[in-house]
Amino acid sequence: MSGVEARFIEARFKGSFGSFSLDVAFTAPAKGVTGLFGPSGCGKTTVLRCVAGLTRVADGTLKADGAVWQDADHFLAPHKRAVGYVFQEPRLFSHLSVLDNLQYGLKRATTQAIGLEPIIDLMGIRDLLARSTASLSGGERQRIAIGRALLSQPRLLLMDEPLSALDRQSKNEILPYLESLPRALSIPILYVSHDLTEIERLTDHLVLMENGRVLAAGPLTALLTDLSLPLARLPEAAAVLDLTVETHDAHYDVSQCRIDGLPFFVPGRLGPHGTRRRVRVRASDVSLATQQPSGSSVLNILPARILSSKTASPSQKLVLLGLAGTNGETRLLSSITRKSWDALGLRPGMALFAQIKGMAMVDR
Amino acid sequence: MWQAIWLTLQLAALTTLILVALGVPLGWWLARSRSLWVEPVAALVALPVVLPPTVLGFYLLVAMGPNGPLAPLLAPFGLRTLAFSFAGLVTGSVIYSLPFMVQPVRNAFQLIGDGPLEAAATLRAAPLDAFFSVAVPLARGGILSGAILSFAHTVGEFGVVLMIGGNIPGETRTLSLTIFDYVETMQWGAAHALSAGMLVFAFAVILITMLIARRTGTPQT
Repeated sequence: MSGVEARFIEARFKGSFGSFSLDVAFTAPAKGVTGLFGPSGCGKTTVLRCVAGLTRVADGTLKADGAVWQDADHFLAPHKRAVGYVFQEPRLFSHLSVLDNLQYGLKRATTQAIGLEPIIDLMGIRDLLARSTASLSGGERQRIAIGRALLSQPRLLLMDEPLSALDRQSKNEILPYLESLPRALSIPILYVSHDLTEIERLTDHLVLMENGRVLAAGPLTALLTDLSLPLARLPEAAAVLDLTVETHDAHYDVSQCRIDGLPFFVPGRLGPHGTRRRVRVRASDVSLATQQPSGSSVLNILPARILSSKTASPSQKLVLLGLAGTNGETRLLSSITRKSWDALGLRPGMALFAQIKGMAMVDR
Repeated sequence: MWQAIWLTLQLAALTTLILVALGVPLGWWLARSRSLWVEPVAALVALPVVLPPTVLGFYLLVAMGPNGPLAPLLAPFGLRTLAFSFAGLVTGSVIYSLPFMVQPVRNAFQLIGDGPLEAAATLRAAPLDAFFSVAVPLARGGILSGAILSFAHTVGEFGVVLMIGGNIPGETRTLSLTIFDYVETMQWGAAHALSAGMLVFAFAVILITMLIARRTGTPQT
């Protein structure tokens, strides 16, 4: 992320709710998805409600969309803020039809830039229009709720764990729609979740929260691989790679992609030429070699450099790698034993090869 | 007898109309406000449920009389008193049936919760807009139940009517008073006919209210 990127949101909220105290300040860019991530009860939802104006803290300032939404003298009512809000539960209006639910915000908006037809196609809900809201499944309801929020012509979309109330199957049904949102709409999204997998798949920037405070904020890839932050110490610690699809080898069903000029292979068909896909690579699936291995079954062997390391446990070492030729911009995490670290004589600054087993990326 | 039935229906209809206009905003306030006054006001509204109708009627009679505290309010309309008039009867009925309107409405609004209203606010609906486009339709079961109960309760009232209305044919002599008169004058047949009619009416009302409650009692989120 370049430092000159337009700040769409500048927020600072301070207040207490019973025994819980909130004291956060963060910014979010005008493009892409900013994740608010942290354990349950850390105050992420409260922050999102403050941005929407549904919760009011006495001591808060909020600048969004080039205007002051809250400061010492102003508090813009929720219905005057151009936000779309997707709650944990769909909160559809049970007295209205699916179509009337979709049009509720649309009728009250001042512009009609986001049309009904494109949203019906985007969310894949054409077949649901004639149904009653009571007959819809959880996943279908949440898709209607997202469509309804988008049709209120928001300049900012707020999503509060929109998948948390759904079963695994419904989650997988909605995720592709969520992934397509940032590209289909040019509005920024604030996405609250306590699920790292969702955050890795959907967000570009991250605000990491703990106990009502901001622990760290920045680009997703940097935070995921920051060895001083708790994310890298999780057993499922991983880095994400944004790939561009080049070709698909039908014979072996392997897609050849490119990451910062380096070839990269992923099993399966990821999409047509030019498609941007994000894969997560777990630290435990990356092994290291000091010399280019030959006769290895590993699909991806990438030249890299050790940026830093951290002893995670008496037996385990976490290694942060920068891929060669990318100025260390593209990072990988590797989790190896301390025994191997010492045996190979590894140290920061050293050039080596990172091996990523292709099958590790099959089940994403 | 038909005069009494007609008068009773007029009284009940007018009372219900006023109660809907009064009870919906009052029920909304009781359901949503965090004011310290909520419970005292709720208790005041509920008083007629436990108070003997004659006590309520007595105080209303005093209040609406020529020397009562309401008299100055009546003067601009050229009225000296509301006692022993149809207008007085309506006033008394409204107060007497108020809890039967307000309670179901308050419950229905409470049952909706914050969810749909917050959703409406984030969809650009101003508070009044959200009240009419979301809250009232979602609480329609409670409002309908309240209206039916108020109507039925007004049709059956006796004590308050007797105290403030007297027993003037065509003006304040309602059904229940007529039944009382029939029994007093030993006209058992007529009393039977009216009473049976009231019994069937009451049963139908309770049944309909329960059916409404069952149909609208499980709101979806």
